[in-house]
Amino acid sequence: MSSPSTAAALALGDDALVLSHRLGEWAGHAPVLEEDVALANIALDLLGQARLLLSLVGDEDELAYLREERAFRNTQLVEQERGDFAHTIARQLYFSTYQALLYGQLADGMGPLAPIAAKAAKEVAYHRDHAEHWTLRLGDGTPESHDRMQRGLDALWRYTGELFEPVDGLEVDTAALREGWQAGITDVIERATLTVPTGPRRGGWSAGGGRRGIHTEVFGRMLAEMQHLHRSHPGATW
Amino acid sequence: MTTMAPDTEAAYEPALEAAFDATVAADERVEPRDWMPDAYRASLVRQIAQHAHSEIIGMQPEANWITRAPSLRRKAILMAKVQDEAGHGLYLYSAAETLGTSRDELLDKLHAGRQRYSSIFNYPTLTWADVGAIGWLVDGAAITNQVPLCRCSYGPYARAMVRICKEESFHQRQGYELLLALSRGTPAQHAMAQDAVDRWWWPSLMMFGPPDDESAHSAQSMAWRIKRHSNDELRQRFVDICVPQAEALGLTLPDPDLTWNEERGAYDFGPIDWSEFHEVLRGNGPCNEQRIAQRRRAHDEGAWVREAASAYAAKHGEARA
Repeated sequence: MSSPSTAAALALGDDALVLSHRLGEWAGHAPVLEEDVALANIALDLLGQARLLLSLVGDEDELAYLREERAFRNTQLVEQERGDFAHTIARQLYFSTYQALLYGQLADGMGPLAPIAAKAAKEVAYHRDHAEHWTLRLGDGTPESHDRMQRGLDALWRYTGELFEPVDGLEVDTAALREGWQAGITDVIERATLTVPTGPRRGGWSAGGGRRGIHTEVFGRMLAEMQHLHRSHPGATW
Repeated sequence: MTTMAPDTEAAYEPALEAAFDATVAADERVEPRDWMPDAYRASLVRQIAQHAHSEIIGMQPEANWITRAPSLRRKAILMAKVQDEAGHGLYLYSAAETLGTSRDELLDKLHAGRQRYSSIFNYPTLTWADVGAIGWLVDGAAITNQVPLCRCSYGPYARAMVRICKEESFHQRQGYELLLALSRGTPAQHAMAQDAVDRWWWPSLMMFGPPDDESAHSAQSMAWRIKRHSNDELRQRFVDICVPQAEALGLTLPDPDLTWNEERGAYDFGPIDWSEFHEVLRGNGPCNEQRIAQRRRAHDEGAWVREAASAYAAKHGEARA
């Protein structure tokens, strides 16, 4: 088995790290106690994945706490603010559907990420299930929840294209990934009586560049909060 | 199944009460379907609700540090801990439901300020070391209080406490270990740990409640075997556990009167400032308003989500039928 590609481990590891952080912001703010438990559980799974992936290519804490914004390789989708519960669920649906297919492919392959992917795939199946159930409840719940869920799906849609940009050393069939993803989210969104977004408005900006270290403005503030304490005590162990 | 009419049931009450008293006296468990005195039921609901509320309000001071945890390992430990607290809230609200009081009803009372939670959570978490001090001292005090509740006379509460105590003791060790790393770390880290212990020590001692001669609910709760040791007894036990642990941590407890009393076989400690305790209890602690405001905000902002879930269940429940 070859050694993992740094670009691939960072891309997947940073996605998991950053989304875990955003989900962690829900602690104590969830709409119902069961969701405080569920969102924390998903955040913990993602943090575990991030630690495994980052440790393949360096020291997990140096990578998480001492890189500058431009050195992170996560997609812009995961760094967006958590928004309301529908916004968070829309992101979970997009991202967990992607991650389930991605890890499925990697787990079936012979590449260096296969063992981590196999473990993560089991966790992600639950995350996807959680997102699906909430998309159905919110989409087909009340008029207000329907509107909020549609707004969440629409607002984050422009960030989804980036999930399918090729990453060096990541051996996946991108076309199959995109196709499976589109089919997966379409099925859930339609059953939820919602509409699959069709793309950014004409002339609108479509996200991309996270894998090359180009992020959105909210990401710098997120890192400032995440890294502040660690950076305030250089060389300290915790 | 009972076929007694309410008026005849009243006539049987002395016999039911005698059976209840015998169950309690024999150290057996009272179960949800058993007859119990109204005052016993009310006292349990009050205590379990306060405990459940403490778990969910207690998430706030610690969640305050999740996004700033200084290593990924510590971040995972802290997230898991806050998740456990939400889970404890769930078991405890369920235990209260076995007494005929719903979670919604209890949350409404919490939000309206008509039920309490532990006053300790009205203090702020100002530095990372506070996360360790809460684990070591606050969870340590909670365990001292709660271990005897695993033998409480009410079955569902006693069983919930068995699981909760196991997880709490895990949290307590994690808090101790966090402080140990700081105490043995850089001078700035050591100072951060000492400062946290200085701020959390006295409020932790107050967690055991007022002195025995001023405690409103103690005597009756002890007779019913909901409670098994007095406030002062438990406080002393906690102090005796903490002193050697503080020495091992290399930290000082902020009480110049703390000395070993050979005769009592226990540590003497200085007077507690009960005026502070009563002020915080009256709502004048540093974070009382903030904690309840955040709870209300989360609840109010989540109303549309809960409504959607009910609407969906109603629609699809019917569709399946």
